[in-house]
Amino acid sequence: MTCAETFAAYALRSIGIGERLLPREGFDICQQVVLIGSGLIWNIYFGVLALGFGFFAATGLAVAKNARSRWIRQPAELFIFVFRGSPLFIQFFLAYEALVLLPRAGIEVFGLTIETSWTTKAQAGALFVLFLNTSAYAAEIFYGALLAVPKGDLEAADAYGLRGWKRFRRVVWPTMLRLAWPSYTNEAIFLFHATTLVFFSGFPAWRQKGDALYYANYFADKTFNPFIPYPIVAGYFILLTLALIGLFGLANRRLNRHIPSDRRQRIRYRPQVIR
Amino acid sequence: MSTTCADPKTLEGLVWLGCYLTNGKHLLFYRSIGTVLLLLAIAAPVSLAMGFGGAMAARARFWPARILGRAYIAMVRGVPDIVFFLFFVIALDQALEFVRHKIKCPDWTDPVFRGSDFVVCPEAKLPLSSSPQIWHEIYGFSLAVFTFGIVFGAFAANVLYGAMRAVPQAQIETAEAYGMTHRQSFWRILVPQMWLYALPGLSNLWMILVKATPLLFLLGVEDIVYWARELGGAKTQAFDYPHPDWRVWYFLALLVFYLLMTYVSQKVLGRLTARLTRGQATLGGEAMRKGAAA
Repeated sequence: MTCAETFAAYALRSIGIGERLLPREGFDICQQVVLIGSGLIWNIYFGVLALGFGFFAATGLAVAKNARSRWIRQPAELFIFVFRGSPLFIQFFLAYEALVLLPRAGIEVFGLTIETSWTTKAQAGALFVLFLNTSAYAAEIFYGALLAVPKGDLEAADAYGLRGWKRFRRVVWPTMLRLAWPSYTNEAIFLFHATTLVFFSGFPAWRQKGDALYYANYFADKTFNPFIPYPIVAGYFILLTLALIGLFGLANRRLNRHIPSDRRQRIRYRPQVIR
Repeated sequence: MSTTCADPKTLEGLVWLGCYLTNGKHLLFYRSIGTVLLLLAIAAPVSLAMGFGGAMAARARFWPARILGRAYIAMVRGVPDIVFFLFFVIALDQALEFVRHKIKCPDWTDPVFRGSDFVVCPEAKLPLSSSPQIWHEIYGFSLAVFTFGIVFGAFAANVLYGAMRAVPQAQIETAEAYGMTHRQSFWRILVPQMWLYALPGLSNLWMILVKATPLLFLLGVEDIVYWARELGGAKTQAFDYPHPDWRVWYFLALLVFYLLMTYVSQKVLGRLTARLTRGQATLGGEAMRKGAAA
């Protein structure tokens, strides 16, 4: 098989397009690069969707944690504590086992049958866990930034007669995002790294449609040689991280556009291991 | 217990539960919680020591040590998380066996790397295939501890390196004005003061370390995740204690266990911060001084 043929057969293997069987012989560099790259589609899927939904949930949670009423504040605090205080690994296992327990046939609600079998698939179940997890972590970051919003900004908003939603939307939220952005960039990077845990915990890969690490592990098992597939995964993730830093850097520039250039916050990549 | 639990099929209710939770497999499960605590107890000081060594090397005046220290910090920080764990254990295992192979079997002519196989002579196997099971477990566990130590050591080195630079320069200058040597000012002035600056980073690291312990499961140690899956799985009538799939309850217990660990850690670290802040020339220290005066 030439490299072009390998690419045609396996480039979209992880979403079920192309060759049905995984390669059983050869295991050359081209195969490994293509198949692991194909798995990366899932990492991006999990990362982008969880971050996209998590961003709004986190804003809500941060505001809730800052609320004066105990009835709003404490549930938010509890949620954040539970998801930040326990390993993501265990959260995956727990979610999977809990979703498996849902009745196979679906739940009857007011005569409507709600399908449940799809929730045990990684696409849905793991995405949900990642969404909740990143919401909790990002909420803590946003909460910290919310407390750091300068008093002068709020006084200026009051002076302009802004209140309620308008004050939040025009003054508090943009400043909060600006202050939180460097940390939030790191959170986004960790989240993408954390997506590699999906197929290593409860969620099984269906029809061998796995993520980058799943295929790397497949190759390492088949060839007994970890020195090729894992560095390939590492390389892909370094590229992904660089792309993320670039994208978030653009957003950071926009958030900071009104700040004198010598006082702007730079994004510094501070990697962390496991969440 | 031994007499009441002799025939579990006849038991009911709380007695059944009591017997169920104290059977042999469950005792192994409780022991694996001990394994996690042991890992934390060993890996934390090991990585702190490695971090201290790394930070000292990174700011050494002798340049090869400086390069080595900085390379160590950069190397581990640059590689994405779990890949490192999966990769490092196999690589370390193979490296050890390869070295032993070279020493113990110099006459062995077959190549070690045969295409996709890694073959060393039987005497070089680690641990020897003839040694008892306990040694296999200890070997696996020490590899895990070492991996944790290396990875978290690099992060600790980064934190301590920053902390050493955060100690006000005037303190060092004062020490030198008193005629202390470089070494004396390091051990007597810099090291006692840097912990305050290192504490936020180190406590963050401790939390991550606690939450990284389920990865023992990936490293092939029979840890709590393994046992939770094993014990929770549905048991048929062939077993002494038949029950449906209870894995979700076991994982819930693990979740609570980790939340408890986090909670206790937060409390302890909070106290430690207060203790270290006392008498420091920082905002927190100043607030404490004023509070005590008032």
